Amino acid sequence: MTAAVAIAKSRQEQAVWAALAQVMDPEIPVVSVVDLGIVRGVSINGDDVEVNVSPTYTGCPATQLIEMEILEALQHNGYPKARVKRVLSPAWTTEWISDAGRDKLRAYGIAPPAAVKGRVSALLGEEPDVACPRCGSKNTRKVSEFGSTPCKAHYACADCLEPFDYFKCL
Amino acid sequence: MSAVIDKADIASYAIRWGDDALILSHRLAEWCADAPELEEDMALMNLALDLVGQARTLYTYAGELEGRGRDEDAIAFTREERDYKNALLVEQPNEDFAYAVARQFLYDAFSLPFYQALASSKDATLAALGEKAAKEVRYHLKHSADWLIRLGDGTDESHRRMQAAIDELWTYTGELFVNDDLDRRLIAAGIGVDLAALKSAWNDTVSTVLKEATLQRPADGWMATGGREGRHSEYMGYLLAELQYMQRAYPNMKW
Ligand SMILES: [Zn+2]
Repeated sequence: MTAAVAIAKSRQEQAVWAALAQVMDPEIPVVSVVDLGIVRGVSINGDDVEVNVSPTYTGCPATQLIEMEILEALQHNGYPKARVKRVLSPAWTTEWISDAGRDKLRAYGIAPPAAVKGRVSALLGEEPDVACPRCGSKNTRKVSEFGSTPCKAHYACADCLEPFDYFKCL
Repeated sequence: MSAVIDKADIASYAIRWGDDALILSHRLAEWCADAPELEEDMALMNLALDLVGQARTLYTYAGELEGRGRDEDAIAFTREERDYKNALLVEQPNEDFAYAVARQFLYDAFSLPFYQALASSKDATLAALGEKAAKEVRYHLKHSADWLIRLGDGTDESHRRMQAAIDELWTYTGELFVNDDLDRRLIAAGIGVDLAALKSAWNDTVSTVLKEATLQRPADGWMATGGREGRHSEYMGYLLAELQYMQRAYPNMKW
C-alpha cells in the first residue's frame, strides 16, 4: 500500500468513526454506539463499508434499531452500500464503555458500572460499590436487580433519597 | 478423524435449546402486570426478554443450517407440539409465585453451567451464544436464588408454599441431565455439552441455596422425562395455543 492510499484510507476511516459517534443509543440518547463500545471494528474497501456491532444483551430490543440507525448515518455520509455485521464473540462487556461514555451516563443520572466491593457469598456473587449519580454518596441500596431495561438495576440513594438506575456490569 | 458433522444435527440441537428458552420466556411473560410488586414485574419481563433473545439467536442459526427457508418466526410459531423439544420443567404452569421462583431457580442453576460449557463448543456460533448467555443467566440465577431464600426463610405461609413448589417441580429436574443420542453424537464431535457432567455443579448450587432458604431438598425419586422427544405434559397444548395464536390466525403476519 502506498503512503497516499494509507492516508486516504485513514481519513475515510476517521469519517466513518465520526459518523458512528453521532449514532445514539435509542434508550440512553446521550451515549453513542462508540461510547458504549458496541462498535467492534470498521472495514473499508472503496465505498464498501462493513461495521461490526456487538449487541449488549441477546434480547436487547434496541439492537435492530441501532443497526438501522448506523446504516442510515453511513448512508447520509456517502456510504450507500454500508453493511452492519452482528458479532456475538467476544461477548460485549461493560468494560468496553469509554471513560467519556461513563461520564455521560453519570451526567444523565445513570450510575456507570462499578467495581466490586465484596462478595456476598460464593454463589450469589459480588455486590458492586455503586455511587449515587446525583450526590456521589456510596450510601446506596439495590431496590431491584432489573430496572427499566435488562442492562440496568434499580437503586436508591440513602443520602439524597433519590432513586436512580445503575448500569450493571456484564 | 472426526466424522462429518451432520448440519441437521446441529440445527436440531439449536432448536432444542431455543425451545427451552422460548417456552420458559412464555411462562415468565404470563406474569406481566401480575407479579407481586412492580419491580418484580419488570424483573420477570427482563428475564423473559433475555430468553427470547437467546431463542431468536438459536432459531435463526438453525434456520440457516437447515437451508430450507425457515426463519426464527417459522420455527418459533408454526411447529406442532411434538416438534418442541423443551424440557418438561420449563412448561410447568405458574400456579403461584413460589412455583415461578422454584421453576426459574431449578432451571437457572442448570442453564448457567450449561451455557458456560457451551462456550467451549467447537461450533463457533454456539460457542459465541454460550459465552453471551452465560453472562445473562448469571443474573437470572442471582435473582431466583434471592427470592427462593426470601420466601423459604420468610413467613410460615411463604415457607410452606416455597417447599410445596420445590417438592412438586423436583420430578422434572432429572430430565435436564440425561444425554440422548443427539447429545452423544454432538459431545463426540466436541460441539455438544455433556449434560450428565453438569449435575454436580447443579447439586452444589441447589443444596447451598435450599439450605440458606431453610428448605428441605427432596429425595431423588422417579423422574418425569419425554420433553426432549416431544412428549409433553398436559399443559403444553394450552401454552402453544396462546403462543401461536397470531401466526395461526393470520399466517405469515409480521409486526
Ligand atoms: Zn444521592
